[in-house]
Amino acid sequence: MVKVNLKVNKKSISKEVSDNTLLSDFLREKLLLTGTHVGCDTSQCGACVVHLNGQSVKSCTTLVADCEGSEITTIEGLAENGKMHVMQQSFKKHHGLQCGFCTPGMVMSAVDLLQKNKKPNEQEIRDWLEGNICRCTGYQNIVAAVKDAASKL
Amino acid sequence: MKNFNFKTATSTKEATKLFSGRAAFLAGGMTLLPAIKLRLAAYSDLINIKKIKTLSGIKASSKSLKIGSASTHVTVASSKEVIKSIPSLSFLADGIGDPQVRNRGTIGGSIANNDPAADYPSACLALNAIIHTSKRKIPADKFFKGMFETDLKKGELIEAIEFEIPEKSSYAKFPNPASRYAIVGVYIAKLKKEVRVAITGASSSVYRSKELEAALTNNFSASAINNINISSADLNSDIHASEDYRAHLIKVMAQKAVSNC
Repeated sequence: MVKVNLKVNKKSISKEVSDNTLLSDFLREKLLLTGTHVGCDTSQCGACVVHLNGQSVKSCTTLVADCEGSEITTIEGLAENGKMHVMQQSFKKHHGLQCGFCTPGMVMSAVDLLQKNKKPNEQEIRDWLEGNICRCTGYQNIVAAVKDAASKL
Repeated sequence: MKNFNFKTATSTKEATKLFSGRAAFLAGGMTLLPAIKLRLAAYSDLINIKKIKTLSGIKASSKSLKIGSASTHVTVASSKEVIKSIPSLSFLADGIGDPQVRNRGTIGGSIANNDPAADYPSACLALNAIIHTSKRKIPADKFFKGMFETDLKKGELIEAIEFEIPEKSSYAKFPNPASRYAIVGVYIAKLKKEVRVAITGASSSVYRSKELEAALTNNFSASAINNINISSADLNSDIHASEDYRAHLIKVMAQKAVSNC
């Protein structure tokens, strides 16, 4: 067992975890933050993407023990005072989802993209979302949502 | 996922001291953790090396570019020193996996793993790199031994990779559309003393193509490769590409790389 201290959605957390606990399992099972989804569990689909110290990462391929002293943001941490993040609003407006399973990861990846590239073109958006797979293949509206959010941020 | 003891080292000395039994060094974990999850590998201890300050940092001189082994792909791709001295290396790093993999995966981890379809090993061979470890300096030509096999000894830690700065260089990759690993990747470098051509993805391990090197030494242009017939013997064949297709891709990617130099 290992003791970890980290911040999740700005809240300080201190917990004992098994050395092999994955960040995705920790968020979902210990903190009950089930917005982070586990799709493939092999770091390909991107449903589990969260921000680790401001960078998007796949939480199913990150050990909690490796996050000592880190700041984590999950999909639950995007809204402020009950108001959805611009990216969430945009996904809603453009219906950037079908079944919705990949959506938390898509949104977290897209937010990271706009931190790095404020005005991405369509190709840059598609390239950036390489690591997020939508099994419903609803990419058109996802890309439209990210484009629209970029125009508002 | 089979359990292990997670340990964090803050110096190379501590990391090698902590290494015992069935241990492994953990950098980005982009290959190591999936391998453990899939039960392809099991370790008693994982030694986190990301907190070792001496393993990060990128330094360029007039002759070489030295990259700390724990540098992430995004760090290499966006480094001003890399873009200035070896732009093709930045391009290579920017094409590995996806953004989340590039945010975590490291150059040292990639070459220590020596996946037959990984990108970095080809850069090491083409750019005549020297692998600096906790014990010695290993030339890239002697480092990559075979499929997932390197010259590293147990507990030996890669500290930095030093690339020779070429006159010209380029990397052309035909990626697997799903994984972004190279189905065939060709790295061509015109160095001060020689032309080097390294090929990844095509065979059981990265290798140098002597015939392409000879042709390009005579005439460094895409047309110099026109009449070369790449043999498909010893090339990989799988659901993504047959050995003949890979042989064809080697030529096409090599011509593309030379043209982009």
